[in-house]
Amino acid sequence: MDEYLILMRLDLITKEAQPSPEQLQTYMKMYQDWVGGIAAQNKFVGGTGLSTEGKVIKSGQIITDGPFAETKESIAGFITIKAKNFEEAANIAKECPILKGEGNSVEVRKIVGVDNTR
Amino acid sequence: MQSSEILPHLFRNEYTKIVSVLCKHIGFERLEIAEEIASETFLTATESWGIKGNPQNPTAWLYSVAKNKAKNYLQRNSVFQNKILPEITKSLSEDLEPEIDLSPENIYDSQLSMMFAVCHPSISPEAQVGLSLRILCGFGIEEIADAFLTNKETINKRLFRAKEKLREEKILIQLPAPEEIEDRLDTVLSTIYLLFNEGYHSISQNKALRKDLCLEAIRLCSMLAENKITDKPPVYALLALMCFHTSRFEARQDENGEQILYQDQDINLWNYELIGKGEIFLNKAANGTKLTKYHLEAGIAYLHTQKEDTKEKWENILQLYNRLLQLQYSPIAALNRTYALSKANGKEEAIIEAEKLELKENHFYFALLGELYFDIDKTKSLENFRQAYSLAKTSHDKTSIQKKIDQFSM
Repeated sequence: MDEYLILMRLDLITKEAQPSPEQLQTYMKMYQDWVGGIAAQNKFVGGTGLSTEGKVIKSGQIITDGPFAETKESIAGFITIKAKNFEEAANIAKECPILKGEGNSVEVRKIVGVDNTR
Repeated sequence: MQSSEILPHLFRNEYTKIVSVLCKHIGFERLEIAEEIASETFLTATESWGIKGNPQNPTAWLYSVAKNKAKNYLQRNSVFQNKILPEITKSLSEDLEPEIDLSPENIYDSQLSMMFAVCHPSISPEAQVGLSLRILCGFGIEEIADAFLTNKETINKRLFRAKEKLREEKILIQLPAPEEIEDRLDTVLSTIYLLFNEGYHSISQNKALRKDLCLEAIRLCSMLAENKITDKPPVYALLALMCFHTSRFEARQDENGEQILYQDQDINLWNYELIGKGEIFLNKAANGTKLTKYHLEAGIAYLHTQKEDTKEKWENILQLYNRLLQLQYSPIAALNRTYALSKANGKEEAIIEAEKLELKENHFYFALLGELYFDIDKTKSLENFRQAYSLAKTSHDKTSIQKKIDQFSM
């Protein structure tokens, strides 16, 4: 089993895209059910949501308020999972409930250590 | 009470106190001597009380005999005390024949310190449970063997090795330093929980023994809750969890020792006093910032004491299982989570999730699938129940699955 990182990207900036408290509760349940299902297969390693506030530091020590976003979507959270291969990891990621929102995306990356950069 | 009735009762309670106090006094390296003195005290009591009848105050009688025996031992060992011990430690040589303190405070302190000593991470979890049963709960070797479904020799060996290890490592009988408390408390709590589970989930037929194990685990955890140094939120959470579980103890088994499923339990057999206590403890557990598995499991157990079968209840149970599995995976939690999912989100969704679990060696897995398919696909349901039957190991499990299979031919 290898470890994979699933990055979740949402539109955190546009006002209209922000969920109401009720919607947020529904989303949280869907999210928890999804992660719970991964954990029930013993494939959950770790992960968390991220605050919408952030700082971006660019070369030259320039600090700006983030989250840093080239496009509207920025990283809203991540989880790391165990999977046999990319295909399995992608299949798990496909069910991430944030994908129900238009324009949202998830990215799957295999985790490799510095001594394991094959 | 006749001496034949009162002694076994006193033994369970007082043996452990005498051993803890003596051991704290003479050191862990002489645990066996402390045990011997305590055993001899009870032997003397059996002989004396049998002839002269029970003393006015049996407990005080036991303490004074134990004290005298301990003093005699220490005097016999005066050579050791005078010549050898001062070389090893200076502090102990100062009080050559100190008063052995059997005051309630010292008994309490000694037992609490002993709890941390026998739950030292240098010995295996099962040895920790064994030693706790022996030294803190006063169980006989035979009872411990019965609880672990093994024989006396195995237990004797296991306890002997554990004591040797504690001696070699020079484990002190004292509460850990404040900065260590949290870590060490984790081990103590998991030992108490193992002890409890041994009583609650064991398939041993001895119901009285099993209930005793549960009550002893609650007693030990209560001691931690009563102390200002150890009364942390996880302690209250575990205490709440054990109260909620124990409240349903009588309802879980019929007179033939067969398990009664949750939905078929007679709620009149539930112990509402324990449920009430559990609620108080659960509130106290909510003080900290750290969410432990005990908090989550206590929450789940609390919801199970609410008999109403509402969607909200199962939704809450599902969310607690979601979080619990993220903290720590276990196949049973995964199966229970999937059952809660079927109640909260519907059977179709639960089947998809269940198929992913792939617990192909586990008969509960196939029994759950059989249950989920029951109203949806009779053929698949029966297939799964048959698979569950072929994997079930105990006759109890086989019988209850056979009942499910019989429903198909009706």
